[in-house]
Amino acid sequence: MTISRRQFVVGGAVAGAGMLIGVQLSESAVWAQESDPGAKQPAPNPFIAYVHVKPGGQISLIVAKSEMGQGIKTGLAMILAEEAEVDFASVKVEQAETRPDLYAHLGTGGSGSTMENYMPLRRAGATVRELMITAAATKWNAPRLECTAEKGVVLHRASSRRAGYGELVEAASKLPLPDPEKVPLKDVSKFELIGHPTPRVDIPAKVNGSAQFGIDVRVPEMLFAVVARCPVFGGKPAHFDAAKAKAVPGVRDVFEIPALGADKFTAGGIVVVANSTWTAMKGRDALQITWDNGPAVSESSAGHRDALRAAASKPGKRSRNDGDVDAALSKVSKPVEAIYELPLQAHATMEPMNITVHARGNDCEVWAPTQSPDWVQGTVAQVLGIPPAKVIVHTMLMGGGFGRRYMADYPAEAAQIAKVTGKPVQLVWTREDDMTHDFYRPASCHHMRGAIDASGRPTAWFHTLASTSIRGFWDAKADPGSQEIGGAEQMPYAIPNVRLEYNPVASSVPRAWWRSVENSFNGFAVESFIDELAAAAGQDPVQFRKTLLVKPPNWKPRDEDDPDPARLRAVLELAAEKSDWTKPLPKGRGRGIASFASFGSYFAEVAEVSVTGKNFKIDRIMAAVDCGQIVNPESVRSQTEGAIIFGLSAALKNEITVKNGAIEQTNFDGYDPIRIIEAPPIEVHLMASHEAPGGMGEPALPPIAPAVANAIFAATGQRLRRLPFQLQA
Amino acid sequence: MSSFHLLINKNPHQVEIAPDTPLLWVLRDHLNLTGTKYGCGMGLCGACTVHLDGEAVRSCQTPVSSVGQRKITTIEGLSSANDHPVQLAWIAEQVPQCGYCQCGQIMSAAALLEKTPHPTDDEIDSAMVGNLCRCGMYQRIRSAIHRASDSATTPKGA
Repeated sequence: MTISRRQFVVGGAVAGAGMLIGVQLSESAVWAQESDPGAKQPAPNPFIAYVHVKPGGQISLIVAKSEMGQGIKTGLAMILAEEAEVDFASVKVEQAETRPDLYAHLGTGGSGSTMENYMPLRRAGATVRELMITAAATKWNAPRLECTAEKGVVLHRASSRRAGYGELVEAASKLPLPDPEKVPLKDVSKFELIGHPTPRVDIPAKVNGSAQFGIDVRVPEMLFAVVARCPVFGGKPAHFDAAKAKAVPGVRDVFEIPALGADKFTAGGIVVVANSTWTAMKGRDALQITWDNGPAVSESSAGHRDALRAAASKPGKRSRNDGDVDAALSKVSKPVEAIYELPLQAHATMEPMNITVHARGNDCEVWAPTQSPDWVQGTVAQVLGIPPAKVIVHTMLMGGGFGRRYMADYPAEAAQIAKVTGKPVQLVWTREDDMTHDFYRPASCHHMRGAIDASGRPTAWFHTLASTSIRGFWDAKADPGSQEIGGAEQMPYAIPNVRLEYNPVASSVPRAWWRSVENSFNGFAVESFIDELAAAAGQDPVQFRKTLLVKPPNWKPRDEDDPDPARLRAVLELAAEKSDWTKPLPKGRGRGIASFASFGSYFAEVAEVSVTGKNFKIDRIMAAVDCGQIVNPESVRSQTEGAIIFGLSAALKNEITVKNGAIEQTNFDGYDPIRIIEAPPIEVHLMASHEAPGGMGEPALPPIAPAVANAIFAATGQRLRRLPFQLQA
Repeated sequence: MSSFHLLINKNPHQVEIAPDTPLLWVLRDHLNLTGTKYGCGMGLCGACTVHLDGEAVRSCQTPVSSVGQRKITTIEGLSSANDHPVQLAWIAEQVPQCGYCQCGQIMSAAALLEKTPHPTDDEIDSAMVGNLCRCGMYQRIRSAIHRASDSATTPKGA
């Protein structure tokens, strides 16, 4: 396939005009290069974004990252504008087309967008700036070193000459590119945008109803569809009677779609197509279906719990084994022992799953609120039996993602439906569908054993983890522990004998990535147990952690996820300081701390609680954040607040339970996230840093549950080891 | 099917529709006013909040047949230039993340301030408890309501 610049430049831009720069990510080295995609091999494509400097000097940054509230469009534009020396307002961010031939890394997840784009966009911006300076110096025949750029203008002060980027872009586009590895970057002390609070560009449309989410897509002649899925995982319709459904005025069609296996994991079911969402729902209510439940009907949360506890108490696959844990444990008369248990969790995005598909025979158009438009494209193409290149996917705003919208199940269903309807059709999942057919955060059980020697030093740490693993659901041949042990394997405390073992537990309940993934449960286990060891040693929880967060001069990370103990210690100290850690609280109140690193960022959180009998209230939360170089402090604060509330919902209130192979919670009555009345004040304290940016969508979540549990221990002496927390009177 | 005359954002509309159809779906699917969101269909989340004669109601629990002569205001009609004090405060406090619940939040907050121009934190919490925000922006919602309350020129009605 030939890709021409004309095909690539989107949004009505004049093809070929101005200057186009491809932004490339190449392993750890990153570089920008002029892109004339027509001259390149189409795939695999190395570019993650394109910068289009237009003849008027306006800059379009075309990025393949989805907006789900993390403010990524704002942050990426800030990085580019900073180095390009242009006003933030002159950079317009455009959503990339779903063209794997033009873009690498189309997915948005793993808190990775800033981490991945930071250096490439700095180099791209610097490339724009340097080319403009060279173009101006050449034009004026002025010494290049005497020319400077600011606010989209090149200046030669000695001769009082100035030229805007718009005037220079044609000449600049003909210059050879600077070596992207050597293009001069701004000194971080000169940053005027990066690190400065910047209002998010996506917010104004979100306060007046004009922001268009996936569910808001309206296409001429479109139909609406809902699907009746078997409540029991793996079940299917034995038979159904559509007569009453078809009698509902406005219902157009009723038909069955099969479950799709492989990596799609759709439930299949009976589709009702109608002229409105409500009519489709009414039609579904009128269906008479007898389900063939299948074998999963015997599954229950009680059974999961027993299996998890059994699996956590037997030897598992070892992924870390420092020193001799058995010997260290045998040396103490009474090892410290605890079992932590965490249930399944739903994503419960405010916008339920939905997607609009128009299958037109040989090609197809899709409007998808998705974190993975390329996966949507491939899945829809496969279901329709057409090449992926014939599927246009428009990435829409998402009403929350949290990992759920990485999945391609709802796109697969919608493609099945659109193939039948021919007309554009919007598949809407009701809240009940969304909650009962999610891909859940695994349930887990953690059996922890530790030893404290006579001098109060911990000598052993033995963590046996069992979970209904993600990989175990996806691929029976894969290592089931591969997405379960993160954060446990990197247990950061300097204890001489450390062991981690893992055992999977089988289940029919679908699982996948939930905000912070396995860090959400391993963070709880690690930060609760270190607190228990501190108590067993009779030491202050902050002091105890500090003495174990040691960074020897020759320290090297074991792997890329291994946290730097000095950075973890620094956020711990900051959180302690900001919470007046050493100041005693009155009786009935308690303060708890937890610190945890994930996704390249370091967090310490302190919770203050008041306890009355069986009830407790969180009075305030203090968070200390080291996410490396901050791009937009406004987004860092917002993500910290949001991830803490998300984590509190799981800590205090929410669990997904299974009975007879089906999810028991169907709406926000059974699974009610934190509401305003329960939301404590959150103070966010940012550490200045010029380290590489870490992720921000997820890492504030893991410390909050253990911080609260540790606070309740401080107030009551009672350990809460099972989520959601229930305090005994 | 019945015929209903609705006054929405000061504009008259006529729809032919089943009387039990919730106002939410009339707005979204028949009149393309998609700023009012579907979240739960049970009045549990507040994403569908609109005003009926200035009162905040859950449009998913409001059959179109029950609206009668009452004036309907949706987020699209809250202000003529997106400059209702609550909208401005929402921008100033950078409240939305994903933004999906925020139109409902704003409609609830605007109705609160009509009745209680200077609410306390407790009054805010009890007025807003029915509006879920999965992104957890509650602290900002509180601040934004106080900010809107402090802005001197709260317009009357909409």
